[in-house]
Amino acid sequence: MPGRSRRRRALSSEAVLQVRNLRVYYGTPGAPVRAVDGVTLDIGESEVVGLVGESGCGKSTLGRGILGLLPLGARADGEVLYGGRNLVMLPPKELRRLAGPDLGLVFQEPMTRLNPLLRISDHFRETLKQHEANLSDAEVKRRSLETLGRMGIPPTRFNQYPHEFSGGMRQRIMIALALVLRPKLLVADEPTTSLDVIVEGQILALLADLKRNFGTALLLITHNLGIVAEACDRMAVMYAGKIVEEGPVREVFAEPAHPYTRELLRSTISLETTELHSIPGSPPNLIDPPPGCRFHPRCPDAMRVCSLLEPIEQRLGEGRRVQCWLHGPQARIPADGELPLEREAIGVADEA
Amino acid sequence: MRPEVAEPAAGPQTDEEPLVSIRNLETYYSIRGNFADRLVGREAGVVRAVDGVSLDIRRGEVLGLVGESGSGKTTLGRTLLGLVRATGGSVEFEGREITGLRERRFRDLRRRMQVVFQDPHASLNPAMTIAQAVGHPLQIHGLVHDHAELRARVAEILETVGLAPAEAYLDKYPGDLSGGQKQRAVIARALILSPVLLVADEPVSMLDMSVRAKILELMLALKQDFELTYLYITHDLATARFFCDRIAIMYLGRIVEIGPAEAIYADPKHPYTQALLKAIPEPDPAKAVARDLPRGEVPDAASPPLGCPFHPRCPRAFEPCGWESRDLHDLLEMRWAGLAGDPRVEQEQRIVGDLAALDRPSSEVRFSPPRGRQPQEVVSLLERVRAEDPEEPFWRGVERLEAAGTHLALVFHEPREPRLEPVGDSEVACHLYDESAASG
Repeated sequence: MPGRSRRRRALSSEAVLQVRNLRVYYGTPGAPVRAVDGVTLDIGESEVVGLVGESGCGKSTLGRGILGLLPLGARADGEVLYGGRNLVMLPPKELRRLAGPDLGLVFQEPMTRLNPLLRISDHFRETLKQHEANLSDAEVKRRSLETLGRMGIPPTRFNQYPHEFSGGMRQRIMIALALVLRPKLLVADEPTTSLDVIVEGQILALLADLKRNFGTALLLITHNLGIVAEACDRMAVMYAGKIVEEGPVREVFAEPAHPYTRELLRSTISLETTELHSIPGSPPNLIDPPPGCRFHPRCPDAMRVCSLLEPIEQRLGEGRRVQCWLHGPQARIPADGELPLEREAIGVADEA
Repeated sequence: MRPEVAEPAAGPQTDEEPLVSIRNLETYYSIRGNFADRLVGREAGVVRAVDGVSLDIRRGEVLGLVGESGSGKTTLGRTLLGLVRATGGSVEFEGREITGLRERRFRDLRRRMQVVFQDPHASLNPAMTIAQAVGHPLQIHGLVHDHAELRARVAEILETVGLAPAEAYLDKYPGDLSGGQKQRAVIARALILSPVLLVADEPVSMLDMSVRAKILELMLALKQDFELTYLYITHDLATARFFCDRIAIMYLGRIVEIGPAEAIYADPKHPYTQALLKAIPEPDPAKAVARDLPRGEVPDAASPPLGCPFHPRCPRAFEPCGWESRDLHDLLEMRWAGLAGDPRVEQEQRIVGDLAALDRPSSEVRFSPPRGRQPQEVVSLLERVRAEDPEEPFWRGVERLEAAGTHLALVFHEPREPRLEPVGDSEVACHLYDESAASG
């Protein structure tokens, strides 16, 4: 597949976007939900980064937090550096100017994101003119048709309404709408979840080719590790609001450093799977997450230290990092800290 | 009448009477059309959701019914359960004809056949506690005498599906439970009447990867304990592999391949089955290879393609597969999408004119070019298109292409509908395996 050549690493000097210690909390009547809790992540130019984890781990919140698209009642803190500016501190009006030409978003449900009363051509005209007011109609049409064509939508259907298209075509149109402004970064949140398997494969092939066709970096949020293996250069594994492991896709798949990554990989059902496997328990409530490592109640390798102290991020060579006491630092583990953790069994139904 | 479905060797208890026997089942939905149509009682068309399906479900087996959305797999399950009416054919359940049964008679049958739907969040009434919801079938069928007995029965089944201790769940509301826990409660509600057949319609596809295995394992364990027979409806051949003894692949209302699970995975015959298998992302970046997936999507079931319904997407389609006018429409559109931004697109559109003339399905096209254009120009254009991509299967379907007076005549080989025929351990509906078609 074209565009499949994998980058070994992303140097921060060529990063399109740098997230530094980002926190996003949702207000509740009681204590806040710490959906994203101190995340640091770089996305390199034209790089496809997969963000994986179970539902309720803060993946979507991180994606929206990066774009400043948080709902009312959410508070963000930390840095999202783009073009030398911290998006977290940017006034909403300036942030809106960046949304589109710089940062794009593709949502999960293509069925509900297009306006049923507007033709496809109207969607494109509105999008383009919003950001480039003096574009001529001919230029609007030329750019729209070119982008749509690359997504496999024929020019003959430019003036049709959304209901005249199938689900897969609507998702192609959504992606084209995001790409027509040539964003530097596209965040795609479970873009294939509601699509059929074959159409999912078609859309993934398009996304994996973005780099070649559009020079766009992509943050692909998914719970399906098969999709990450297929489409991504690098991956970040998120658990309970934190990135617990990050690295090049091939290396992480070949040798997962965090037990959570390993268990996620084992529980993915594919044609090669020979026995079923699942992770006991479920991701914790983010109002009051477990102390120490947040994965320790479910971790088959948990040690005493894991329930006491938060793990310290360790670098494991170029572009790889992990937050897990199995990788040290040894000097910070208290005496007897490496003994296996004694605990109660997790109930069968106590699950996601 | 179609030939009886042959019995492939694998699968338990082949000599026994099947639990469910479906013959030539048709479930058509009528499209009501616009106001004027309705006023005069005219139907605008029919969607053949299930179009002449024959299959058996044997006692104690897990039959997988696999296909994309729009394949009719869910409608087939719902017809079996009496939730939609069959418009033709027959369904025998435990030797008894059940199509056309009145709702009241069906209600007794539903103690014997139950269903688990895809979305656990939508399957439970948010205003009912788990005890109320799971116990509801017992009350509807008048099978319990008092409240204490009801609670005891519910507690017992909750523990069976792993919601233990039951006391912790009985008085909870669905909103208090996670997705996996809700699906367990839905399974408990289906099993509380001790059915013999469970129709499971995508029971794990809304759940997180980390939970799917747990629910599949639970269902396999329950199958043993309750001596159940499953109809497992899914789009996902990866989960079906763990679950099914036999698999039927559906496309646009028909079964295109059916056979023992091992045969389907080891040696898929139909190009559609091969495509479904190829489309499953493999979680191993070292093995990720280029996947040539079929183009397009499942077409509109209200006007299915002529011949084999899969032919427009099929990489191996050839002469008899049913090439027709709409395939030329798609061919030109896809060409123009690929050429987006190229001035040739507008030139070619001017030569061909309005493609709407190709929308009526026909294997003989008489096509008049727009005013001021000669039919020969269109012929030359199509010949140029052909020369650029001679491997395109469409061209194998073309028997004759010529200018005829003021028209362009495009004649395709006569469409033939493939029938399910035994091939190896399976049955396949595909002309590739049909010698008379392949040689013709």
